[in-house]
Amino acid sequence: MSENNQNDPQTTGHQWDVEADGSGALEEFDNPIPTWWLWGFYGSFVICFGYWILYPVWPMGDTFTKGISTIEYTSEGVQKSSHWNTRALFLSDLQTGEESLKMQKHMDELSNASYDEILNDPKQMAFARAAAKGIFGDICASCHGRGGVGVIGLFPNLADDDWLWGGKIETIEKTIRGGRNGFMPSFKDSFTSEQLDQVVEFVYSLSQADADAAKAAQGEEIFKGQTGGCHYCHTKEATGMKAQGSANLTDSIWTIADVPGAADGAAKRAAIRAVVEGGVSRQMPSWSARLSDTQIKLLAVYVHELGGGQ
Amino acid sequence: MGSHTGQVEVAAPVHPRSIKGRFRNLKYGVLALAFTVYFGLPWLRWMRSVGPDQAVLFDLDGRRFYLFDLIVHPQDMFWLTGILLIAALLLFFVTSVAGRVFCGYFCVQTLWTDTFMRIERWVQGERPARLRLEKQPWNREKIAKKGLTHLIWLLIAFVTGITFTLYWGNAPEMVVRFFSADAAYAMYATTAFLTLMTYLMAGLTRENVCFHMCPYSRFQSAMFDSDTLIVSYDFNRGEGEKGRAKLGRGKKTIEERTDQGLGDCIDCGYCVQVCPVGIDIRNGSQAECIHCALCVDACDAIMATTGWDKGLIRYTSENDLDGKKTRFFKPKSMIYALALFACIGLLTWSVSSQSVLDLAIRQIRQPLFVTLSDGRIQNSYEVKVNNKTTQEQHFKLLALGLEGADLNMGRMKEVVLEPDSSLRFVVRVRMPRGQGSKDFQFQLVSMENSELQNTRPAMFYRPSK
Repeated sequence: MSENNQNDPQTTGHQWDVEADGSGALEEFDNPIPTWWLWGFYGSFVICFGYWILYPVWPMGDTFTKGISTIEYTSEGVQKSSHWNTRALFLSDLQTGEESLKMQKHMDELSNASYDEILNDPKQMAFARAAAKGIFGDICASCHGRGGVGVIGLFPNLADDDWLWGGKIETIEKTIRGGRNGFMPSFKDSFTSEQLDQVVEFVYSLSQADADAAKAAQGEEIFKGQTGGCHYCHTKEATGMKAQGSANLTDSIWTIADVPGAADGAAKRAAIRAVVEGGVSRQMPSWSARLSDTQIKLLAVYVHELGGGQ
Repeated sequence: MGSHTGQVEVAAPVHPRSIKGRFRNLKYGVLALAFTVYFGLPWLRWMRSVGPDQAVLFDLDGRRFYLFDLIVHPQDMFWLTGILLIAALLLFFVTSVAGRVFCGYFCVQTLWTDTFMRIERWVQGERPARLRLEKQPWNREKIAKKGLTHLIWLLIAFVTGITFTLYWGNAPEMVVRFFSADAAYAMYATTAFLTLMTYLMAGLTRENVCFHMCPYSRFQSAMFDSDTLIVSYDFNRGEGEKGRAKLGRGKKTIEERTDQGLGDCIDCGYCVQVCPVGIDIRNGSQAECIHCALCVDACDAIMATTGWDKGLIRYTSENDLDGKKTRFFKPKSMIYALALFACIGLLTWSVSSQSVLDLAIRQIRQPLFVTLSDGRIQNSYEVKVNNKTTQEQHFKLLALGLEGADLNMGRMKEVVLEPDSSLRFVVRVRMPRGQGSKDFQFQLVSMENSELQNTRPAMFYRPSK
């Protein structure tokens, strides 16, 4: 190394602000870069050539040098090979990365297991819950909400224990696969206004205490008789039919008429009347073409657990 | 020391003479203990009901540190802070009272350098033989002796390196895999790195590590004061009025020397020859001195042959040398001691009160509550249980202070946890409709051992109407 230290400085020989008597000169120290550092600097130039050969580096008009390094990945089932780039690297990491493979192992276990095996195994349930939460958020939450609570009148609540189409896990899978068409005709033209009031009073009496008994009895006749024919779908006990998706009118849960949200008896009755007058027409699309079997399985487990399952 | 530009002036190799004595024996004792622990510990087997049968194992993949009967979980990692704090405070305390005891006896640099020097002596002979060999041209003898020395050094360095990696896996299996080219890349890399470093540090750079790399040797002077024990030459006794002098005619007895104003130091140079860092202790306290006390042994041996009092070079303090009393219990040392004992106490308390059953409750807030078909209200909670015991446990989950509540965990009737494992699940609590929200507590109780339980507060939300 050079022989410089503060007691015996080497200078470049440049001098500034020299007084007439030769004193007061500003001098520039000559402190060369350490040799090891300099060679490290040259070494980095050499490494640079390695980059040029391996990776995309130089622009060439509207394209660029691709380098000889490649990345293998699968895109929509097709094996692809690309010059090195971070996007392909990311895709390949998602498919063959260490963590991805670990997750894939769990996923394979889950897709080979029966619903009974999954529901009975708390560990698989924990994995399914974590994995399905994202799918539910992407696919289902836009209608049913993040927590599956739905919107009264539009989208059913999945977090309670009432199931329009059945709460067994196989039925939930069927619902997700095939979608559902919820339909109730409008009774606006079938009933007189008085008959409407009577039917509404009967439905109101099924779950509320302050109903007019006489009026409700008249409504019950319409409900269970030929005049209304409501029992064809809702059954004579008014508990609904899962095969039809007809609602249970006797429990505390309202999926179409916002009875819990109404201020008083009159408003509650008005809410019921609006449904009977207007009918119902709701659709849930089929997801079998858009989701994989494993994804559907995960969602079925997730939705089944949301409300406690049947 | 070197010039002010920070450049390192590497001196010629130090070839210390061997010495026998009490501090040398103490150093061999510490060395034997340290090597037995370091090289032997990975091979010590330990019976556990779950987990590996290695007494000390840092299992990074399994996220567990096994230390005999203690299993350290990731959430206990702050104990490491405690251990580091204790180590630092212990170092400060010992330094303020007894000087560079760590450097002289316990530092890995000292231990390995000492071992390497012992090898050097074994192959190349005593100090004069080594100095002669150093000057010799590169003939067959020099190549053979130097070569053998470096070979043995490399071998020790390699064993040192590979031993370090054995703490992170099952030692017997790892060694077999290492030599059948089947071990992890990290094991080869770590072994290679530590082999190289041990060889470089203990074989080639030696005391230069203490001079130029070690931060402790730079800041230890901050802990020193006039009461701190140092290995020091008794200047007044050794130099007398007219300085030291070799034994010679008319200078053989204490009386003769005292009459002539000469000190007790016979300038034999033995203390300089045995010094592993190559300094002269008679020049006073020096930053290079690692306080290994080998010069004490050397001087004591000489004093024994002359029949004079030992202790011309001894453990003493600046105050003692000035004829004043040495105060061991001074405020600075006491503060270090106090902080040290506080840290030891806190760590001991933290380790002994390690929770063996973790319970965490997270309310599911989307939705906060739902109405069930029978009119009841349901709240859902995500529960995380961590069973740190080494037995399988069956737990009951209870809602304390929530009369009439139903707990639903799907198909789970009880919470079953394997030894040393954790589980997440959802519990749904169902209560009759009522006014307002309610505070309550989740309690998890082991069915095998009712003492094993944990309680966490939670809230049950109900609609306001």
